[in-house]
Amino acid sequence: MNLDQALLTFIDEARELLADMENALLAAEEAEDKQELINAIFRAAHTIKGSSGLFSLDHIVDFTHVVESLLDRVRDGEVDMDGQLVALLLSCCDHMGLMIEAVARGEIAPDEQTSVKGADLLAQLNAYLNASVQSLTICAGLEEVPSMHRIDGETDESDHWHILVRFAGDTLKNGMDPLSFIRYLGTLGTITDINTLHNALPPAAEMDPEECYLGYQIALLSQHSKADIEGVFEFAGENCRLRIVPPHSKISEYVQMIESAPNESARIGELLVRCGTLTEAELDTALNVQKSINPPPLIGNILVEQNTVHPVVVEAALAKQKQISDMKAKENQSIRVDADKLDHLINLIGELIIAGAGVNLVSQRSANAELQERTSRLNSLVEDIRDSALQLRMIKIGATFKRFQRVVHDVSKEIGKDIELVITGEDTELDKTVVEQIGDPLMHLVRNALDHGIEPTETRVERGKSARGTVALNAYHDSGHIVITVSDDGGGLKRDKILAKAIERGLVDQHQSLSDEEVFGLIFEPGFSTADQISNLSGRGVGMDVVKRNITALRGSVGIQSEEGIGTTVSVRLPLTLAIIDGFLVQSSDSVFAIPLDMIEECVAFTSEIGHDYTDLRGEVLPFVRLRELFEVEGEPARRENIVVLRHGELKVGLVVDRLLGEFQTVIKPLSKIFSQVKCISGSTILGNGDVALILDVPSLVKLCIEKEKTNTNLNSGSSSNYLLESI
Amino acid sequence: MTIDENGKTALRIDGDMTIYRAHELMQQLLEAFGRSANVEIDLSGVTELDTAGLQLLMLAKKVAQANSTELHLTRHSPAVLDVFELLDLAPFFGDQLVIQPSS
Repeated sequence: MNLDQALLTFIDEARELLADMENALLAAEEAEDKQELINAIFRAAHTIKGSSGLFSLDHIVDFTHVVESLLDRVRDGEVDMDGQLVALLLSCCDHMGLMIEAVARGEIAPDEQTSVKGADLLAQLNAYLNASVQSLTICAGLEEVPSMHRIDGETDESDHWHILVRFAGDTLKNGMDPLSFIRYLGTLGTITDINTLHNALPPAAEMDPEECYLGYQIALLSQHSKADIEGVFEFAGENCRLRIVPPHSKISEYVQMIESAPNESARIGELLVRCGTLTEAELDTALNVQKSINPPPLIGNILVEQNTVHPVVVEAALAKQKQISDMKAKENQSIRVDADKLDHLINLIGELIIAGAGVNLVSQRSANAELQERTSRLNSLVEDIRDSALQLRMIKIGATFKRFQRVVHDVSKEIGKDIELVITGEDTELDKTVVEQIGDPLMHLVRNALDHGIEPTETRVERGKSARGTVALNAYHDSGHIVITVSDDGGGLKRDKILAKAIERGLVDQHQSLSDEEVFGLIFEPGFSTADQISNLSGRGVGMDVVKRNITALRGSVGIQSEEGIGTTVSVRLPLTLAIIDGFLVQSSDSVFAIPLDMIEECVAFTSEIGHDYTDLRGEVLPFVRLRELFEVEGEPARRENIVVLRHGELKVGLVVDRLLGEFQTVIKPLSKIFSQVKCISGSTILGNGDVALILDVPSLVKLCIEKEKTNTNLNSGSSSNYLLESI
Repeated sequence: MTIDENGKTALRIDGDMTIYRAHELMQQLLEAFGRSANVEIDLSGVTELDTAGLQLLMLAKKVAQANSTELHLTRHSPAVLDVFELLDLAPFFGDQLVIQPSS
């Protein structure tokens, strides 16, 4: 791996870590139990520092080091994580982000401006650090635990188990004899050294000859496990104190075992027991000790203090534990894949589908039953591959939503309102490109909600609302689309004001009758704004039309619902996949068209009143268009036509066609720019026989039909009308 | 128990030197020490030695050291040798161990 590749990975990783850090900081301000969040923040900073060091990015290392030191103090409880500190750390997070981005641009050394900003932040960090130095000196005087066995101690003893056993006073009276234990121990290996500890023997006058005062220090050469050795003394009774220290070579073995252990449990005790350096009995003792002390110390510390486990092994276990919980935090195992490779794969699958369709056609024409069966199997496999491949490009929208936490946090402070962001539907998945492009429009909608939607706190209280405003982001799937909503419980849109402004600007005629939704839709017009005051954020009238354009470019649509005084909801509808969809073929004369299957409600036989373009669908009025007319297909209609009922959102419309040809895996081949003006077509596809079929753009079709319907109604009722909505 | 001309007390222990006779043995030992500054214990008759017995011997040694009197263990029986070997007690007591030929 060359250095550039490594640097790219570092930058990606650093970005992710900074995002994690930011999220954790935002959550830490409110959270009850901050410890885990603080640990996460610390780990993020620590990792960035370490990785930066690898690339000799000293300015990042130096900065992050101070951040890490402060976080360390927070972790130890010496510094409190209050709102002020969170704000400072968020600024540091941003600064680190700036430095990372600079590196991404190829600027390895910091520039003047960055250095100045960094120095300023460092000064603030140091202020915190110095304040807590005094409390550090109090913690001096850690107990010196006499470590009995150094790793690099006597070489000839390094491969021995060291066992220290102090028998209970009543051992002899209970019928046990230490000698028998030692003899048994000898069967597990070779006792190379044994020392009788007799310092507990009292003076002759006080001695009870039936009491046991002896202990032993034993060096044992053995291949057995710690549990086995412990088992030797099983009957020595509860009051027998036993300490078993594994040989030096075993320690590295334990460390290795821990590192290679499966990533199931993340509890230190379990890790240590599983690798053999700790026995169940010892763990129980340590746990009891832990319970008896308040606040409970870490189990690893207890074990090291008691010399039950070697510190090196405990450290390995801690590292493993962190690894496991980090992985769990990422939820699923994941692999980084080049987006290009993925696109290439999907293209190939598209070609595969088309080729498969061709094979299918031939096989159906042949009389060969076996061939038909095999091709049918092939088809279903290809469909599965298609689905899986498209899934690869899907990512959860949760990550995008999380970014807005920071925005809401900062902006609400900036404009002095108390606003909370509620996120639901974070697990809803959508295509990667869509996610990337929907970020900016959503951001704008959220800012609007913050600035214009939510009223100032006093106004809210006056109106009897909660002082804290809520902006809610939600995402869910709906028939082949993903719907993202941005809602607020603010003042709502003022219909009259908007209508008045629109009339003023000549966008609508004052005699027009418009539905609420249409009125609200006016705010997407370029330059439209009813804001009395233009703020930093919005109000210039530049944003909403860009939002709409971006969304339309993604073949999506946007709508607004609002109630004055209650709130507003903006809904963005986006198609789920851009490349390969389930399609349904229809035909009029010789022309074949494809319709996205998930937009089709049902197919019915064609009936209607003569001269009217609507039909009765089980009591419902269904307007329709004739495919033939729409695209000026030559030829005569078939004797028995069909209506395909299309659905877009709440609206239903019928499409009259000659024949229904059935389902078809549709690989969307985009049309070139020449066709961009063609209404109601969103792409093309290649049929099995090599012919080209056009794909209908259902939303446009639906709109067209509804408009036509209205025009007819208005004409029939004798009033004039203008086409309101912008041309498709 | 005998006392000879040099003021050395010779004590011979027969039978099991175990917890069952612990009290009795302790009395004997303490008596021996009470008599003179030089005690010799003949262990050839010891048929079994357990921890209780061992503790007594060790106690004896510690008492001797404390009082700067002498203590010698002699003619260790196989049972005693067994324990001494297991626990590597020779250095502690400092006596010569003679391994009897097995009969």
